[in-house]
Amino acid sequence: MSVPSVPPEPITPSDPPAADPAATDAVASAPAEPLISEAAVNAAVDAALAAIAAAETTAALKLVRSEHAGESSPVSKLNALMRSVPGNQKATAGKLVGQARGAVTKALTAREDEIGTAEAAARLLAETVDVTAAASVWKPGARHPISLLTERAADVFVAMGWEIAEGPELESEWFNFDGLNFDEDHPARAMQDTFFVEPTDAHLVLRTQTSPVQLRALLSRELPVYVVAPGRVFRTDELDATHTPVFHQIEGIAIDKGLTMAHLRGTLDHFVQALFGPEAKVRLRPNYFPFTEPSAELDVWHPTFKDGPRWIEWGGCGMVHANVLRSAGIDPEVYSGFAFGVGVERAVMFRNDVKDMHDMVEGDIRFSQQYGMTV
Amino acid sequence: MRVPLSWLGEFVDLAPGTTPEDVHAALVSVGLEEEDIHRFEVSGPIVVGEVLEFVGEAQTNGKTINWCQVRVAPGDDVAADGGPAIHGIICGAHNFAVGDKVVVTLPGASLPGPFPIKARKTYGHVSDGMIASARELGLGEEHDGILLLKNLGIDAPVGTDAIALLGLDDSAVEINVTPDRGYAFSIRGVAREYSHATGVPFRDPALALTVVAPVTRFPVTIDDRAPIRERTGATVFVTRVVRGVDPTRPTPAWMIARLGLVGIRSISLVVDVTNYVMFELGQPLHGYDLDRLVGGIIVRRATAGEKFTTLDAVTRTLNVEDLLITDESGPIGLAGVMGGANTEISSGTVNVLVEAANFDPVSIARSARRHKLPSEASKRFERGVDPHVAAVAAARVVQLLVDLAGGVADDLGSVYDKAPAPQPILLPTGFVSGLIGLNYAGDEVRDALVQIGTSLVEVDGDLQVTPPSWRPDLTDKWTLAEEVARIVGYDRIPSVLPVAPPGRGLTRAQTLRRTVAQTLAATGHTEVLTYPFVSEQANNLFGVAVATAGAVSAGAVSAGAADAGVSVADAGAASAVPVAVPVAVPQMKVANALDGEAPFLRTSMLPGLLQIAHRNRSRGLVDVAIYEQGLVFRPEVGVTYGTAVLPAGAARPSAEAEAALNAGIVPQPLLVGVVLVGNDVRHQPGLPAVAAGWQSALAAVQQVALATGARIAVRQGVHPAMHPGRTAELFVAVPGAATASAGTVSVGFAGELLPAVADDYDLPAVVAVAEINLGLVFAQADGDLTVTPIRTMPAATQDVSLVVSASVAAAALRAAVAEGAGDLLESIELVDDYRGAGVEPGQKSLTLALRFRGTERTLTAAEASAARLAGVAVAAERFGAALRE
Repeated sequence: MSVPSVPPEPITPSDPPAADPAATDAVASAPAEPLISEAAVNAAVDAALAAIAAAETTAALKLVRSEHAGESSPVSKLNALMRSVPGNQKATAGKLVGQARGAVTKALTAREDEIGTAEAAARLLAETVDVTAAASVWKPGARHPISLLTERAADVFVAMGWEIAEGPELESEWFNFDGLNFDEDHPARAMQDTFFVEPTDAHLVLRTQTSPVQLRALLSRELPVYVVAPGRVFRTDELDATHTPVFHQIEGIAIDKGLTMAHLRGTLDHFVQALFGPEAKVRLRPNYFPFTEPSAELDVWHPTFKDGPRWIEWGGCGMVHANVLRSAGIDPEVYSGFAFGVGVERAVMFRNDVKDMHDMVEGDIRFSQQYGMTV
Repeated sequence: MRVPLSWLGEFVDLAPGTTPEDVHAALVSVGLEEEDIHRFEVSGPIVVGEVLEFVGEAQTNGKTINWCQVRVAPGDDVAADGGPAIHGIICGAHNFAVGDKVVVTLPGASLPGPFPIKARKTYGHVSDGMIASARELGLGEEHDGILLLKNLGIDAPVGTDAIALLGLDDSAVEINVTPDRGYAFSIRGVAREYSHATGVPFRDPALALTVVAPVTRFPVTIDDRAPIRERTGATVFVTRVVRGVDPTRPTPAWMIARLGLVGIRSISLVVDVTNYVMFELGQPLHGYDLDRLVGGIIVRRATAGEKFTTLDAVTRTLNVEDLLITDESGPIGLAGVMGGANTEISSGTVNVLVEAANFDPVSIARSARRHKLPSEASKRFERGVDPHVAAVAAARVVQLLVDLAGGVADDLGSVYDKAPAPQPILLPTGFVSGLIGLNYAGDEVRDALVQIGTSLVEVDGDLQVTPPSWRPDLTDKWTLAEEVARIVGYDRIPSVLPVAPPGRGLTRAQTLRRTVAQTLAATGHTEVLTYPFVSEQANNLFGVAVATAGAVSAGAVSAGAADAGVSVADAGAASAVPVAVPVAVPQMKVANALDGEAPFLRTSMLPGLLQIAHRNRSRGLVDVAIYEQGLVFRPEVGVTYGTAVLPAGAARPSAEAEAALNAGIVPQPLLVGVVLVGNDVRHQPGLPAVAAGWQSALAAVQQVALATGARIAVRQGVHPAMHPGRTAELFVAVPGAATASAGTVSVGFAGELLPAVADDYDLPAVVAVAEINLGLVFAQADGDLTVTPIRTMPAATQDVSLVVSASVAAAALRAAVAEGAGDLLESIELVDDYRGAGVEPGQKSLTLALRFRGTERTLTAAEASAARLAGVAVAAERFGAALRE
């Protein structure tokens, strides 16, 4: 342990002016023996200074103060004699005694400071702890990376003036399918692996995508609409390393006059660069979704993706289908817009090298605690 | 869809050395996503051999094996494995004779598995290779004996490379075909797309065949009296007849190899040919044994309860929507799905009627789904088949049966064609550029449209575009725009960031939700995300809206942020608290749940969290504090949810219909659940462990209150899953409520689980839980705070100890003192709860620390004491509180 110590100041008995040889000579040459002799004063002062220097503790110094500066100390007694000193000696004696008292007081104060400093240093040294053994009164908590990444992604859009839309997870089939241009016999509707709730002829499903929120936004908001809909979605996939029946999406939809597929690409470019870094790139590939036309698969590339820089399939997007606009009472000849949807689990997987979906859904606190409060 | 490269190469020129990866890359650029690559996993030396002689040797296990001498190279040539021209090989099969040509896998070869071939000692000989069966080569399932080349109709010189001879050097790319592109379920369609992607010319096989119309009419009647959604079940029905097919003719090796690569097992030459042509042209085909047909064919809907035995020997009860192929004897096929056993092609079939029809996609999709019979045929019909390819496909089958099976094309047949002509689409000039955001140059739009097979007519400067017969998905100008963008390339689309109008940021509820999550995490709780699927019992136990006792008076509403927004009541008095009994709560059941144990949607966050807590404990994590925010599903008693009828898509529902849809949505409030088990603070140097308990749950509630600015009051509560003496019911004050009873809303519970319930979840006896309806809290959270001015005069602090009945809630006593103490009181804190010597049994002594402060000047001790005694007086009046000296 290395505790810096304050080097003690050299203790030098202070030289009171009374000890000046010239002054001494002057007194010594006085014709009459004075009532208060210089020798007596010097003796008292010397004794006091010696005692002060010898005191090692605050308590000891307190005793010394009492003995050498208190009521019955030699210096005080000399002082008391001043009343009896003849007039012609008063000036000289007064000066002698005053200087003596000053010297003692000064020495006491100096010694008091020295001892105080040393004692404080010793006390601090004694209070030394092992800072590596600090007890924690707070247990570690953490957010789930799915939630954190969802919030970060949403914030990118909020910063652009978009708003966040929300909707029910147990949804009417109309919002999940019919209104999104899934014909009741369309093969796409069968391929959705939908959870239905009883009775099935009530047409309620666990939403298979966050797109019904988009439709709700179009029905309830004034145009133009720029919203993102993050949320939990459901498909009847068994849990395995890459699938989970309950997962999370972020979808976005923008409906305005004159929006084009170039705007879609611009939005996606900005989004992936804000989320993954300025080197991130977007690639669009032709694909099919009932609710967009034209439709595209969204691939994203980044140099820091685990397993090396590469294209990763991340979601779907396209220009909102005219029938979806019509479902919301919007004239597709006047308005156009784009939509996109990406999987949050997938982003966490390729961003943080999460290899197994089980880690994301099992609730093992060690998983989230690796993230703490940030993603 | 799997596409063998050799087959693809018949319709487009593949550059020498083109790999499956190259083909994938080309196809993905036009929207056919890569899935996989399939190969015969065989490698040489595998050669044609001739059995020179063999000796049967009986074995002790009762089997007889053959010790064969097989010539694998001509004359004295060195064989492909570097060995002698004649190899000694052990063979367990008996289906061959001296002189038969066989496939010999020589040492160094490898078969699928992988199964490496080596010379090995067996049955007292060194077997220098292996004579292969069809299955061992990956050429189908045949394993009853070794593969004899004569059975494939092949004769090749000894030593010939059998891999190339049998087509085992081919490979196939597998692509994902989206539902709008049924035509890509054919080599023809994929070759066309490959041409789009690469620019190499496409040779359409449908144009390469000469279709000869039948002369003698085979009677076919389409009698659909119940079209589905006004669409006739069959719009095209072509039949052709081939007579004199030789049923002993083998399917050629190249066809077996290609069918194997696309995933189809070789069955018989006639069946293989119909499958082959289906993959080549995309037209599903069916072959009937003409001699087993009775009279002509009638296509009709099934009658209710009608039975039909499909060729998988299953007798199926039909639905009136099922489309049937029938003859005078009854049903002979479930249209587009599966044929019947009664007219199936058999090993004795010599006269074949080929059917190539175009069925309504909806009808076929429903039948395939209804009978759980998805097939290669139904898959194609569901997505739409080119109606013009039916006659071509039938002609192609005839051609192959003539060429390969020795049949003779008959002039008997039929052509029924009522396929509607594709409707022209008006494409306004500039529409594509305007939608895509790219100014297509010159003739790019026209060229792309011509390339995909449309015909163009200019009308007043705009284009009238007529889609080709194989593109039923091209229905409007948007679909045409996608084609142009796709053919020209999505990579050409520029990047332009649109400017949205100014937004309002997060809503208050969205902000509060985040703050709650952050606060709980910051105070030591770990967020988890659970599945919302639970058992009915769990919902009944946890998903309660218990009628609260109401016996405990209100008045425990806390004051201000200095008190952290929550007042904690004493939990010690359990004497008169009734135990709640679980009742059936309304809940929603998933019809097709993955987990039969948990088919219900959660009405509470806690069952899922308790399971997660147990999982953590079982993994050795002792101290677990977890939370989750999420929706629960809380139907109300007596309400019917959902709607029996859905409005049509592509039009805004009427106001009534929209209201009905919304009224049919089950209430799904946002809740937060918290579960704590083990220690809040673990044992550490200089710090004893602090066990999690009911206080931990209330501390979490306090954090939620802080995070939301809500004032959450606490009363002794009753909950069927919770400890009767350690349960707090949580309330928020409703600002401006007219009456006291309407002044608070119950928002949840906090405390400890019943030990028995904890035990059911394999958790220790003390489990702290809290659940709060955040929706209600957010609604009442004060968003319009008026700040109290800060008093800066010196404070006067005084303690007071009051003896009251143990049943008096500390919060109520505290509120009484505060009320009496008046405006000078700045803060009041409970600092001690003493019971024991000096206090009567059934009583308790509560000590409160009071801090008084004046507004303008320093209070005198007398003023502070007077205020304190005023507080005591109210407590004495209300609860019989006595000052303890």
